[in-house]
Amino acid sequence: MKKNPILRETSHVLIPVILLFALYVQFHGDYGPGGGFQAGVIFASGIILYVLLHGIKKTEKIISLQTTKLLAALGLLIYCAVGVAGMLLGGLFLEYNVLAADPVAGQHWGILFIELGVGITVASVILAVFYAFAKFEK
Amino acid sequence: MIVSAHLPVIQVIIPLIAAPVCSLLPKSRIAWIFTSLISVATFLVSIAITLQVNTIGLLSYNMGNWPAPWGISYYIDHLSALLLVLISAIACITLISSRALLEQEIPAHKRSLFYTAFLLCMTGLLGIVATGDAFNVFVFLEISSLSAYALIAMGRDRKALMAAYQYLIMGTIGATFILIGIGLLYMQTGTLNMLDLHQRISTIASFRSVHAAFAFFTVGIFLKLALFPLHQWLPNAYTYAPSAVSIFLAATATKVALYLLYRVFYTLFGFEFSFEVLHLSSILMPLSIIAVIVSSLVAIFQTDVKRMLAYSSLGQIAYMTLGISLQTQAGLIASIIHLFNHAFIKGALFMCLACLASSIKTTQCQGLAGVGRSHPWVCAAFVLGGLALIGIPPTSGFISKWYLVSAIFESSSWWLAIIVMFTSLLAVVYVWRVVEQMYFREPTSELVSLHATPRLLLAATWLMIFLTVYFGIDNRYPVSMASAAVESLL
Repeated sequence: MKKNPILRETSHVLIPVILLFALYVQFHGDYGPGGGFQAGVIFASGIILYVLLHGIKKTEKIISLQTTKLLAALGLLIYCAVGVAGMLLGGLFLEYNVLAADPVAGQHWGILFIELGVGITVASVILAVFYAFAKFEK
Repeated sequence: MIVSAHLPVIQVIIPLIAAPVCSLLPKSRIAWIFTSLISVATFLVSIAITLQVNTIGLLSYNMGNWPAPWGISYYIDHLSALLLVLISAIACITLISSRALLEQEIPAHKRSLFYTAFLLCMTGLLGIVATGDAFNVFVFLEISSLSAYALIAMGRDRKALMAAYQYLIMGTIGATFILIGIGLLYMQTGTLNMLDLHQRISTIASFRSVHAAFAFFTVGIFLKLALFPLHQWLPNAYTYAPSAVSIFLAATATKVALYLLYRVFYTLFGFEFSFEVLHLSSILMPLSIIAVIVSSLVAIFQTDVKRMLAYSSLGQIAYMTLGISLQTQAGLIASIIHLFNHAFIKGALFMCLACLASSIKTTQCQGLAGVGRSHPWVCAAFVLGGLALIGIPPTSGFISKWYLVSAIFESSSWWLAIIVMFTSLLAVVYVWRVVEQMYFREPTSELVSLHATPRLLLAATWLMIFLTVYFGIDNRYPVSMASAAVESLL
């Protein structure tokens, strides 16, 4: 990447913005367009851009393949935990109303965590798939 | 929290939550213990659900407490309960007995992921049965199919990859067709809840798009069901999959597709629309007849016993669809009873082959010469399973055939009975070929047991054989469940 200073420098400016935008799409998803899936894809694409610049080895020091697998499982577990929490608090599976003192706040917290789980899983699965192809040899 | 009120959803989320946890477990032995415990828990839940259904009747559960036509609802009636018990029982038996098989067939670093995929496949199959929402059915169908492709691709033979790929293509086409069907219905009615859809469809039954949806559903389900001529993916998938996967998929996957057929054509579209307005039988009956004859004939000429059993499965599935195509209550009961019985029969037979595969490393018919002497217990189990496949008392196969033939006579199409008898004779031929190799041939010199037969697997095989014989003598459970199911379907 030493030969392409323009690409390198623009990407270095863009990557933090991409990651920040992903977080915006993630947490603003219940007010505007967006949500966990879109945010996850944007977040992963930011990291993939980093891989294109610096290669897979350097990126793996930040997020290893093992970590992406762990995060993928974690995201699904967060989703399920919200569902089960609804059951434990006296509602039905995935019932958000019971999660907080009043139903509106409950709905808010519920969808926030659900989408967080979705976002984490989507981002890490996309990265894992990318790693699998990037590290494929022979 | 009252657990009993949440059983329908607990049934599905136990394996769903266990799957990601399992993928993180480092040692395959721990993963095996964990998965086995989960499968036992799932089985116990399915028993509890059956008890509840028998006392209360239809169970329903609204996800997130959104009321029925708007939210996703789970409905569990007698038919669903029967299938839930079937899937979780087979999964439980397969998982507990599969450790030795996996140690031989799956590389160590993939075993945790194997169990993860297995749990996801279970989740998908259980979900299809539990849910009452048309789109949710598609989601679970994809979960079960995608994990099944991964499971099949883990087979040791390189052809397993090709088989999985073939299944992936065909399975995806099938699922897409089902999705298009759901989409068309949603476009017309604005609802996805199956009971709500049923009511709305009856008012717009003459619409062309409803007919198109019916056609897409039919082809999609026939593909998943592997009904002739859409069966090409099945023999390879069953033959090259790891042994444990063959056992589980042969016993459950096509059965769940058949369940989907009952649900879509009876509950969603309704009997009148499916059979009287659109004459489903006039396509289902010829295809079933061709399937049962052709696949039994093809089974006779297979050199690999696993492949032979796969073709035999195609024929047995056709018996079930034949029962449906009679358009009578008795035919439907026969179909459901055969679905239940055949799951245990085929599971047991694939388990016998798994025993042999792990011990003498071959499932080729030639390679089985004289194994009756070295592996008497396995071969005895195979003979009993084979008898059940043919339909000889006192096995459950006889009960299936009895109900089927009675239903055929009741609808006074005696020539169908002749076809059933004739194909049973074909089953005698293909089972006998293997039995002859096992018992009446001299063992070839190269036949040496590389490993002892895994004891747990042999015990599981005999448990399945015991169940096959048990349900042949005391068939109250499947018959009462099937009769109650038919009451609600028709």
